Amino acid sequence: MTTRKEKIVLPLIAVLLGFVLGSLIVAFTGRSPLAMYAAIVKGFSGIDILNGQPLNSRYIGEFIIQAMPIILTGLSFAFASRTGLFSIGAEGQLMIGSLSATTVALLVRAPTVIHLPLVLLAAILGGALWGAIPGFLKARYNVHEVVVTIMMNYIALHFNNFVILHIFGSVDRVKTAPFPTTALLKSPFLESITRNSRLNWGFIPVILALLIFAFIINKTTFGYSLRAVGYNKEAARYAGMKVNRNIIASMAIAGAFAGLAGAVITVGTFNFGRVIQSAEGYGFDGIAVALVGGNEAFGILLAGMLFGGLKAAQPLMQSQGIPREIAGIIQASIVLFVAMKFGIKMVLDKFERKQAPTTEGDRV
Amino acid sequence: MSYIVEMLHITKDFPGIRANDDITLQIEEKSIHALLGENGAGKSTLMSILFGLYQPDSGSIRVRGKEVKISDPNVATSLGIGMVHQHFKLVHNFTVTENIILGMEPHKGPVIDIRSAEKKVEEISKLYGLAVDPRAKIEDISVSMQQRVEILKMLFRDAEILIFDEPTAVLTPQEIHELMQIMRRLVEEGKTILLITHKLKEIKEVADVCTVLRRGKLVGTVSVADTDEERMAEMMVGRQVSFHVEKGPAKPGEELLRIENLNVKNVKGLLGVKNLSLSVRAGEVLGLCGIDGNGQTELVQAITGLTKIESGKIFLRNINIANLPIKERTDLGLGHIPEDRQKHGLVLDFTLGENFVIHNYYEKPFANYGILNKKAILENAERLIREFDVRSGQGAMTPARAMSGGNQQKAIVAREIDRSPDVFIVVQPTRGLDVGAIEYIHKRIIAERDRGKAILLVSLELDEIMDVSDRIAVIYNGEIVGIVDAAATTENELGLMMSGALRKTHAAPQAVHV
Repeated sequence: MTTRKEKIVLPLIAVLLGFVLGSLIVAFTGRSPLAMYAAIVKGFSGIDILNGQPLNSRYIGEFIIQAMPIILTGLSFAFASRTGLFSIGAEGQLMIGSLSATTVALLVRAPTVIHLPLVLLAAILGGALWGAIPGFLKARYNVHEVVVTIMMNYIALHFNNFVILHIFGSVDRVKTAPFPTTALLKSPFLESITRNSRLNWGFIPVILALLIFAFIINKTTFGYSLRAVGYNKEAARYAGMKVNRNIIASMAIAGAFAGLAGAVITVGTFNFGRVIQSAEGYGFDGIAVALVGGNEAFGILLAGMLFGGLKAAQPLMQSQGIPREIAGIIQASIVLFVAMKFGIKMVLDKFERKQAPTTEGDRV
Repeated sequence: MSYIVEMLHITKDFPGIRANDDITLQIEEKSIHALLGENGAGKSTLMSILFGLYQPDSGSIRVRGKEVKISDPNVATSLGIGMVHQHFKLVHNFTVTENIILGMEPHKGPVIDIRSAEKKVEEISKLYGLAVDPRAKIEDISVSMQQRVEILKMLFRDAEILIFDEPTAVLTPQEIHELMQIMRRLVEEGKTILLITHKLKEIKEVADVCTVLRRGKLVGTVSVADTDEERMAEMMVGRQVSFHVEKGPAKPGEELLRIENLNVKNVKGLLGVKNLSLSVRAGEVLGLCGIDGNGQTELVQAITGLTKIESGKIFLRNINIANLPIKERTDLGLGHIPEDRQKHGLVLDFTLGENFVIHNYYEKPFANYGILNKKAILENAERLIREFDVRSGQGAMTPARAMSGGNQQKAIVAREIDRSPDVFIVVQPTRGLDVGAIEYIHKRIIAERDRGKAILLVSLELDEIMDVSDRIAVIYNGEIVGIVDAAATTENELGLMMSGALRKTHAAPQAVHV
């Protein structure tokens, strides 16, 4: 099998196997897998096969809301990964991005055209700074990025809560005062065409981020050197590339994507800064999205939408009497099957060879 | 005459290629049988079939006259067939004995009986003159000792037929000599050896019979005693090969590279290069020879910038580059064919085209305002592929990983020569390559010399040093112990200097300027 085909076929098979496993588990608990699929279809489109309800744009809006942040954290993980770094830091970078957005949203007074871009920029810079720190420690002192990013996640969580509770103040100890509308991605227009979903302009920065990711990695000299460092640090050094600078830059850009995700949530889905009880899982979802998406922009878009839809389907599954955890199990098993891609490839290759022994002989 | 192993009419297809085409190989008991062929000739496939890693599409295998089906390596082991792989398969923080018994640990009750195993390892080691310490840890012993552990592993499993896959690729001349003695000793004790190699000299030295493969086909089986090296090379390559590097006399010009009182620390934190001074002139090849680990790596890395130096100066023309970043050294005209092509020379997951521009991907025409120009990169690759005859499946788009070792090396040589550096550091340029590729690379190095470049050739292959160099510097224990004229020296003299037994004051052009 050619590598190109592999990149498309293997994740698809992994997704398929994930759903098969999910169905088996549902069947094992004595429920109908059909009800699970009905809930998933409804989560994506609002179409209810069992009760004959038509397409409902509200559901589409809601599933896109779920997909947006994990696409961005997926880009974050993938970007670091392309430079050979394993960043677990998207969660914390997202929180810092969210906190930076909150700060600018609350403290700056300006018209939307100025205020909103400032909010997004603050989130991007906040996330980038939070990402650059482990990058610097890795480059300068060779401290492993996995350890640092995990710890930075905790620092981000408590720093966020401290600032929101003690500096901005919170009446209910859960959230800040609402942001002025000039800071928000919210759109009455988008809400109205999706039957009052929470859909907002956040998808525009997400699409831009996807394009920028693909552009940097594939088209620029900077992307070339990042990939060189990622694949073979020694060869990059031999060729005279600034390996350490690339590591810091890569982590900072990864952080920027995650920081933007924080803004998309805080000024898009919500309109206030939030106290966060514990990690919300955007970071880990992002790792899953990046793995299934093969660290490529387009793959991440598709994987992000798939996992976003599964998230949106969870409450619907519960209403069908299927445990919501099944969606999580499907997601996890998809990732597992992606990780088993070499095994899947071996089976496929064997199958292919059995299918076409004559054509191969002809080619010699 | 009794054959211990017979592989009869073996054919094996892989998608797109017939790796083995009706090959018959018959091995006499208690002999050393060499299997000769270029990279990609089908040697490894044939041996993998014998070792049970692949199944032949047609043909049969007989061991001791009985037809057998070797479905996996365990069957091969039970038939007494053992293999020393080119890349050792050892656990580095285990002892020698622990590695040898791995997978078949002798035990007393639930406890591993390491004592008796150690004793048995020691006995075998003594019998064959291997001199391996059963209690040493793998990470503490030399590469040649590690190879002996691999040999011991087979003997411990009572292997009668030993397959050696390119065993000398990682060894120094002295170690090769020792290995040859061990092989002879093994045959004396009744073992049969199958030696996979492309080094004719070794075959001539140790083998009884030689079978030659070319592009998956059997060329012939000859008695080594009756066949000279030229004839075997011709069988292997399919045309006449010249062993002697054709070159005119050097016309040395000005000094392009001058090293003064250089000190460099090695990975252990000790001085690997001690107060070393050396110079290379335009239009000459200075060969640096020495036993592996005597400071060559540290010296090369100091010149090229991969390692920081302790003290001293390195002049390229008249600029001291000793503390400049790698990039600046490259831009000043320093070229480097690195010792380890897969570690330093190539990004294996990049395409061939991407690898060709690794030094100048950011410059015009390959990039414009930070954006890559794929068309220019592709054209550059196609030009180099044509000019240097680099062979690969999908041309410029081939991942470097998918190329043979010889063609990977050719790609690096192409890239570095194309940059036309004034000072060219060439390290082990032909390691693991076949005769045809070696001949080609030597020619290109001489051509660069004749264009007035200064070339420092570092190699562990004494033949290569003597054939290609104009002057030879010998390094021992981090110091230059002598510089001799390549035309006037002998292998014996160099050998004495390499072992530190002989020091020679500088002959030929004066090298030290303090």
